[in-house]
Parts: sequence; C-alpha cells; structure tokens
Amino acid sequence: MADHAPTETLALRVQFDTEAQQKDAATLGMWLFLITEIMFFGGMFAVYTVYRSWYPDVFAIASSSLNEIIGALNTGVLLLSSFTMVLAVRAGQLGQQKAIVMFLILTLLFGGVFLGVKAYEWNQKFEEHHIPGQAAFHLDGVLPGDQGHAQLFFSIYFAMTGLHALHMVIGVGILLILIVQARKGRFSASYYTPVDVAGLYWHFVDIIWIFLFPLLYLIDRHLVK
Amino acid sequence: MITAAAQEREHYLNASYGLKSWLLTKDHKRIGLLYLATITLFFFIGGAFATLIRVELLTPQGDLVSSETYNKLFTMHGVMMIFFFLIPSIPAVLGNFFLPMMIGARDLAFPKLNLLSWYLLVVGGLFSLYAMLAGGVDTGWTFYTPYSTTYSNGYVIATALGIFIAGFSSILTGLNFIVTIHRMRAPGMTWFRMPLFVWAHYATSLIQVLGTPVLAVTIVLLFLERVFHLGIFDPARGGDPVLFQHLFWFYSHPAVYIMVLPSMGVVSEIISTFSRKAIFGYRIVAFSSVAIAVLGFLVWGHHLFVSGQSLYAGMVFSFLSYFVAIPSAIKVFNWTATLYKGSISFQTPMLYALGFIGLFTIGGLTGLFVAALGIDIHVTDTYFVVAHFHYIMVGGALMGYLGGMHFWWPKMTGRMYPEGWAKLSALVIFLGFNLTFFPQFILGYLGMPRRYHVYPPEFQVLNVLSTAGASVLAVGYMIPMIYFIWSLRYGKEAPANPWGATGLEWQTSSPPPVHNFEETPVVTHGAYDYASLMAEEAEVG
Repeated sequence: MADHAPTETLALRVQFDTEAQQKDAATLGMWLFLITEIMFFGGMFAVYTVYRSWYPDVFAIASSSLNEIIGALNTGVLLLSSFTMVLAVRAGQLGQQKAIVMFLILTLLFGGVFLGVKAYEWNQKFEEHHIPGQAAFHLDGVLPGDQGHAQLFFSIYFAMTGLHALHMVIGVGILLILIVQARKGRFSASYYTPVDVAGLYWHFVDIIWIFLFPLLYLIDRHLVK
Repeated sequence: MITAAAQEREHYLNASYGLKSWLLTKDHKRIGLLYLATITLFFFIGGAFATLIRVELLTPQGDLVSSETYNKLFTMHGVMMIFFFLIPSIPAVLGNFFLPMMIGARDLAFPKLNLLSWYLLVVGGLFSLYAMLAGGVDTGWTFYTPYSTTYSNGYVIATALGIFIAGFSSILTGLNFIVTIHRMRAPGMTWFRMPLFVWAHYATSLIQVLGTPVLAVTIVLLFLERVFHLGIFDPARGGDPVLFQHLFWFYSHPAVYIMVLPSMGVVSEIISTFSRKAIFGYRIVAFSSVAIAVLGFLVWGHHLFVSGQSLYAGMVFSFLSYFVAIPSAIKVFNWTATLYKGSISFQTPMLYALGFIGLFTIGGLTGLFVAALGIDIHVTDTYFVVAHFHYIMVGGALMGYLGGMHFWWPKMTGRMYPEGWAKLSALVIFLGFNLTFFPQFILGYLGMPRRYHVYPPEFQVLNVLSTAGASVLAVGYMIPMIYFIWSLRYGKEAPANPWGATGLEWQTSSPPPVHNFEETPVVTHGAYDYASLMAEEAEVG
C-alpha cells in the first residue's frame, strides 16, 4: 500500500492506490452521471407522457407533420456514430493510437451530420409556422380550439430535441478534446479511460434519441392513412 | 492505526501559501474551508433578509416595507438559505473535509471535480446575488407557475439560473461522495464499519444525484416558458401549472432530507462520542438513512393537497408521508437508547446534538399534522407550516451543522474554541430559536397566513415574541462567528483527539497532513468501538 505517491501519473492519481481502482472509480462516476441524465430527461419524458395522454389525437396529427424519413435516416447516422465510438474504445484497449484518432474523427463526423440534419429540420418548422408561442402558429387538420394543444406538442418537440442536441454539441466538444489528446499520443492500452467514459456518454445520448424518435415522429404510424 | 504521537510540522494549512494555492487547490480539506467561507457569507445575507422580515412583522401595519418589497424579502431569504446555505452546508463543508478521512482515504475520488463544484456554487450564488441587487425576485422560493412564467416582473431568470448552476455543484458533490465511498475505503473499512456520518452522506448523495436533475429540467422548462413562451405550464394552451408543482416538489421535498440527513449523521457521531458508547442498533440507524432517502421520493404530493390534486392521490401521498416518520423515529429512539447508561459529558457539540433531538422531534411530529389531509386544509399556507419547517431546517439541520462545526473545529484548525462561550451561545441559540418559532405554531393554528406583511392586531403579541426571539437568535449566531475567528489565533492548541473519539479522522494529527494520514490506516474495529477502547484504557490504568 503506497503512503504518499510523490509523482502522479495520468493512470494513477495520488488519491488512488492502484490503476485498476482509478479506472473503476472513473467508470462508476460516469455511470452515476448518466443516471442523473436519465432523471434530467425523465422530467421531460414525464411532461410528454402527461400531455400525450391528455391530447392523443392532436399529438398524432402534430407528429405526422414531422418528416419520419429524414428522422429515420438521422437515427441511422447516429447509430453509425455509436458504432465508430465503440471501435475507438476498442482501439484504445489495443493501444492502436492512430486507430483511436481515426475512429474518433469518424464519430465526430457522424455526430456533425446528425446535428446538421437536425438544424435543417428545425428550419423547416420555422417555415411551416410550427413554432409555439408565435401568433402565426397554425397546424393544418387541428380545430382552432385545439391549436394550443398542438403548440404543446411542438413545445415538447423543441425542448426535447433541443436538449438532446445540446448534449450532442457537448459530446462533439469532448470528442474534439479527445482527438487532440489522442494525436499527442496520450492514450495507450494501459490508459484510455477518457475514451472509455466519453464512449459511455456518447452511447447514452444516442439512446435518448432512440426513445425520442418513435415518441415524436411515429405516434400515428399504426393508423391507416 | 497510527498514533497521535507522530505530530508532523507540515500540515494541509501550511504546506503551501498564497491565494493561488487556495483557489486552485485539489485538497478536499481546503475545498471544505472554501465552502465554509462561501456559505457563511450566504448565511448572513439570508439572515439579513430574515431580520427585515421580522422587523416588519413587529407591527400589524406595513410600516417598514411595501408588500412588493416584502414579497421579495421572503423569496430571497428562502432562496439564499435553502439553495446556497442549507443544501451545501454539512455535505460541502464537513462532508468534504471528513468523509474521505473517515474512510481512510487520501482525498475524494475526483478532486478536480470537487473544486469545480465549489466554483459552480460561487457562480450560482453570484447570479442570484446579482438578481437580488438588481431588483430582486418576488415569486417565493417555489417559483410557482404561471406567476413566475407570465406575470412576475422580478429577476426570475437570473435567480433560477443561479439555482440551476448551484444544482450542478450539488449533483457533482453527491456523485463524488458515492464513488469515493464505493471505491476509496481503506483496507478493513467494510460497509458496516463505516461511521454513520458516512452512511448519512451516502443517503444524502443518492438524493442529490437522483433529485437535483429533475429540479434542473424544471428550471430549464421555466426558462424556456418565460423567454420563448413555450407554454408547457400555460393553461391558456392546455398546459398545466400544477405539473410544475409536481416536478418542483419531486426535487424539493427530498431536498429537505438533503438538509437534515447529514445533520442526523453528525448527531450520531456526537451522541456516541460524548456518551462513550456504540450507537444503539448501528445497522438499523444506517439503513434508516437510506430508507428516509428512498421514502423521501414518494411523498412530494403532500405539498399539493390544496392544488386540485385528486383526493385519491392526496390520500396515497398522506399515507406515504406517514411512513417517513418510521425511520425518523428509529433514529430518535436509538440515539436515546445510546444515551441510556452512557457516561455522558455535556460539551458544546453534545448540547447541539441534544438540542437537535428535541427540536427535530417537534418538527417531525408537526410534520405528521400537516401530512394529514384534514388538518392540512386548516393550516395550509399559515405560520404553522412556517414553524414546522423551521423546526426541521433550523432546529434540525442548522443545529446539527453548528454541533458538527464545534465537534470538528479542533481537527480542522488545530485550535480549541472557548468552551464557556460556546456553551453559552448554544444555550442562547436554543432559547432564541424556540422563542422565534414556537409562537408561529400558535399564530398559524389561529389562522395567520404566511407571506403577508400586514396582519390583524390580535396577532401582534405573538409576533412581537417571535421577533424578540429572532434578535436573541441573531446574537446567538454572532457569538460563535466571533470566537471561532478569535480561536484561530488565540485558541488553545488542539491535540489530535480532544474528545477521545474512535473515528479515523481523530487518529491523525490536528490539523491533518496534506494526504490525511502518514500511512494508509488498516481498520480492525467497527466505527464506535468504545467498549474495547475503554477496556484498553483500564488496562493501561
């Protein structure tokens, strides 16, 4: 048991006794953080659940105004980014420094594509006057008295996809930092914890989208049009 | 275990000097002191608002401030005291300092994150202070919609943003504690050898980690509604203001346990130390902390009895609220049983701990009154509720905090506080507290509503008593402030273990070395093994 660790290394900070202990602590810390994220998004999902159960018909109509083809393609892009993230972690385990950089860059690219498509979709909403809180708001097929309920759908849509996108942007920032560090050769088979825990975060943000996509885009798909 | 004899000249306070060595420190002990300075400032700001409230209520007329100003005063008092003093208080100061030491660790698992947490609290506090100086906020600390989203002209956004930022401080502290407790325990420090202070912080951290994010998202929705008119809580568009109350109290009721659970941990340490006995029913006291944390998440609806919530939901929430009384009572009974046949000494920390037991019991029992549907209709939004939660938050949480500050002051600073003055101030605080808040039970029962600056003349006597009590209380808080600072220079030098306590934090020098222990301790006994300690003393003679 070391008393004072006089010099710290990346893989063994002074407060830890072993590298395994440090890696365990970092991983547990990230899992706990993801639990806080579940609670954070959970509040939004609760709001969604309440209003969808109150106004099911209006939500179905509002949902069908979203473009599910673009949404599905974007879901595919995000899943691809998770796949390349896993490959980056695997490259970390094997200590393949160049592969880490390459797969992180690919992850970054797919994440960027997702955000770009998302921005395009939001812009469409502005052009269609589907912006809550605006006097010009109008959704076809919904009675005048129910327009407020339709606004609630888009309020939730913007709040949830917006917060999801914010998490993506933070993820992109993390990836950029990791890419710079990886290029400097900071990671090796014995120390790739930052790549590992960033991967956990990235997959989590991906999973949030996996829930958002059907809940927002596919409400009325079981109805015969 | 190492002995106190190995006094080392270098310790965490003199290892390095200069502002930078404090503002960039990763040492959990220094960060604890940074928190101490910060929250003491916030406490006195919150106290200043309370003073103005009590002075205004001296007379039935509104002669000191207008009703608008009064609204701002009680709002800012609540915001400061709850989010910037009570929630960080024990965990961020005493927990930060002692949790790693109690489990024999050199630091928390994530020291940089710990420093970041402090900066977040400071930035959040500055946001809220800015809002207060710029013109204040008048929504009440609960920010109920649609007033907060649509009608209020106050600085709702800045204040809420401050709370949002401080919330991350709370989340990250809780996360740090949980990982530290799981991964950093010294050899031999099993879960059931951990001090109850650590168990209480584990339970508290669970609430911080699970509850605070819900407050965060609630504030985000409030922000989006006020700025971008999203309408999620807007009844004009079919939104539900009561949904805001559900989300808000889902955090804010458990938040009460963030305030009081650490205090219960402190009381367990003190009661055991000053009766020289192991805590009666250690395991069940440990589990009762976790039980309070879990049950605390199931009772938020008791804040909505008069909000149009269904009667059925009200009955379920009322029923569940009664359940919280069980683990709370377990603690009180077990502390009492610990005192039984103990060799009790009444030093200052013990006075606070005993004060806690009495005041918390009153606060807890009146909690059962307000958890009952029928009685709650009568006392909702009256001074009865105000008195009830001040008995929990001030009589409970704050008494525990002060008890803990006295208990660990010698370890933190290497100096003893003056015992005579400390006992006097503990007595003054106890009397002042009861004089302030007991009349409020009667006022509330008689029907005086909270949050009004004018009241019928027949309530004046009790209000004057309450204000008189508040003055006594203010004096009581000033005395420790003065002698703590005095003791830094003139206090007697503290030995390693002035109370003869069993905890690991007492087995190292006062103040502790930078990495807490000369060598990692190996634990062979439970947390409160006074029996074998006293047997050893008897052998030595």
